[in-house]
Amino acid sequence: MLSKTFRGGVHPKDKKELSAGAETVRLEAKGELVFPMIQHIGAPAKPIVNPGDRVLLGQKIAEAGGFVSAAVYSSVSGTVKAVAPHLNQSGDEAPAITIENDCEYEAVPGFGEPRDYDKMSREEIIKAVADAGIVGMGGAGFPTAVKLTVKDGIKIDHVICNAAECEPYITCDYRLMLERADDAVLGMKILLKVFPDAVGVFGIEDNKPLGIESVAKACEGSDRMSVLPLKKKYPQGGERMLIYAVTKRKVNSKMLPADAGCVVVNFSTLIAIAEAVAKNMPLVRRVVTVTGEAVKNPSNFDVPLGISSQELVDAAGGFTHDPEKIIFGGPMMGSAVYTLDLPVTKTSSCILCLSNDETKNSEPTECIRCGKCLYACPEHLTPIELKNASDRLDYKRFEELGGLECIGCGCCTFTCPAKRRLSQSITMTKRYVLAEKKKGASK
Amino acid sequence: MKLNVSISPHVRSRQSTTTIMLDVIIALLPSVVVGVWVFGPRAFAITMLSVASCVASEYLYEKILHKPITVTDLSAVVTGLILAVNLYSTAPWWLPILGGAFAIIVVKMLYGGIGQNFMNPALAARCFLLLSFSRIMTDYPKIDGVSSATPLTLIKQDPTATVPLSDLLLGTHSGTIGETSAIAIIIGAVYLCARGIIKPREPLSVIISTGVFVTFFSLIQGKPVTLDFLMVHMLGGGMLLGAVFMASDYATTPVTPWGQVIFGCCVGFITALIRCVGGGVEGMSYAIIISNLLTPFIEKLTLPRPFGVKKERKEREAK
Repeated sequence: MLSKTFRGGVHPKDKKELSAGAETVRLEAKGELVFPMIQHIGAPAKPIVNPGDRVLLGQKIAEAGGFVSAAVYSSVSGTVKAVAPHLNQSGDEAPAITIENDCEYEAVPGFGEPRDYDKMSREEIIKAVADAGIVGMGGAGFPTAVKLTVKDGIKIDHVICNAAECEPYITCDYRLMLERADDAVLGMKILLKVFPDAVGVFGIEDNKPLGIESVAKACEGSDRMSVLPLKKKYPQGGERMLIYAVTKRKVNSKMLPADAGCVVVNFSTLIAIAEAVAKNMPLVRRVVTVTGEAVKNPSNFDVPLGISSQELVDAAGGFTHDPEKIIFGGPMMGSAVYTLDLPVTKTSSCILCLSNDETKNSEPTECIRCGKCLYACPEHLTPIELKNASDRLDYKRFEELGGLECIGCGCCTFTCPAKRRLSQSITMTKRYVLAEKKKGASK
Repeated sequence: MKLNVSISPHVRSRQSTTTIMLDVIIALLPSVVVGVWVFGPRAFAITMLSVASCVASEYLYEKILHKPITVTDLSAVVTGLILAVNLYSTAPWWLPILGGAFAIIVVKMLYGGIGQNFMNPALAARCFLLLSFSRIMTDYPKIDGVSSATPLTLIKQDPTATVPLSDLLLGTHSGTIGETSAIAIIIGAVYLCARGIIKPREPLSVIISTGVFVTFFSLIQGKPVTLDFLMVHMLGGGMLLGAVFMASDYATTPVTPWGQVIFGCCVGFITALIRCVGGGVEGMSYAIIISNLLTPFIEKLTLPRPFGVKKERKEREAK
């Protein structure tokens, strides 16, 4: 069967072979754990513990700060050491709760107790997902319960599991496909109960044949679930590209996936949903890939949230030589950080340590009008014109050209032979235009 | 440990302006080699002078004006080669030097350098030479010691004249250094398409539209259109060379996919108009630089529609 895809995109080297063979290893935290209040899109969570309090594994330490927000749970038992700002991966400080681990792992009552999801109503399932503090674990961090709360009158006919994992290097979802496909399928079954008219589709890039095989086997016997191989191409896992590949429906920036009858959930998130609903476990752990040419033993770790990134790198054998760049997330959309004194959050899929920073020597030169940015743009925009409009501060033209449709995937910058910083300019202008609109709306 | 911090993406493709120019140079080599084989060492000397003139002009211009030196991006070498393959091997030594300097300084650098020029530098220089030194520029080279007109000139004088297909393919007939061998040009074209430097739609739209419009104009004028006649039009002049290496130039042709097709059709139309209706024999160079002027308009009209966004016109009507 031909793999489904979209028009545009680029082919960066996927480098998944570094860590794809490494079985997931369970790690426990040795040092303190830090739980930032912003691990998701939306309002920050509100701390409900104070310094000195004893907390248990699975205890809620911060509650959702609004409808679009998510609660935070402790991943260990121990003592709250501080409720104070801590450095986060974007480089600024945000409120966080620091917990000293007592290494007893005493859990709250009922933690991990099986629950029969078949007897739960649609509302109860969504509430369980919301209570568990689950957010999109692929990187965006949109609160999952909000996604599941669909307006009346909208019929969801596709629940799509985003298992494309199109970012180079990252293998955490791939390992989960091999090791915990049954749990993901359970998560999908739960979602199909929420959306009784829908079919469940696992979209997996065809560079992961073993992953496709494993998930397809777990789906066997169900007529509502299937695996759809997708072409290996970045950004195949972009929500709009994935929806198009599966359903041929197009979603723009003014629409939600639900407007196209779709709900898109990442593979790790699906497992978190299964644990939350069927096992009464809030989101306290995730799998993180530690990889890159500078890492001694590239690995996949199952870690408690809040653990310091330094511990993960140490567990992977440390560095063979000093990395030039450390990235949280993938090389196409991740954030570069300047220290490893950062906790693993709900959205940390990968700690990537590059020994060679390719952007270091790529000084921009004049545009040669080759048009490669046009052909690479999955949103069918004209990055060359958007960049010109950005440089001229011509915000009107920027909007006319559809600049607000940009998903910031970085394909244009990746492909540009003149090494121009297209997506960087476009993203900056887009943020400015959106901020101005917000200002205008609140006046 | 010192870590770099920058905004994503953190990886870049291997391709750079220099590698692209290198690919174009490689694609031009077969044509240059055949040119030297057919027209002798003088063709080689003309090519070298043209390239040297272009590179030196760019270097000196930037040196004198204290601008960053950009000759290492090899684009001046490409301009030099394209100018050379458009000249006859009989040209006097100063002709490629003057042409190269004009192409780089007047057409390229004065408008802001690479990517900023609105006309193809090599072709603009060729047209400049053609208008200024028309007698020298139409001095056909000798093949095997015999001076003969180019195939296009032959059929201009007598539409029923024929040229053996093998000559057209191999390039053993009169013409400019690089235009004679269809096979050499096609090898270059396949290489460029395979490397993703150009899209097949760019040369194909020129070739097909030239064929269609030449047939159209000839039929209107009541001239017989035979396969031989079309073959000479397609392969006997600079059409193929122009379609592959000049109508696909980055800076001076549209970047939009449909724009490239429309541009190609414009080139084909003007070429056929000059060849069949006008007094010109070739027409390709003029067709391309005239179409170059239309590029900004074509591009504006053919901007792609963003993914998932419906046509604005419909929305307006709905309002």
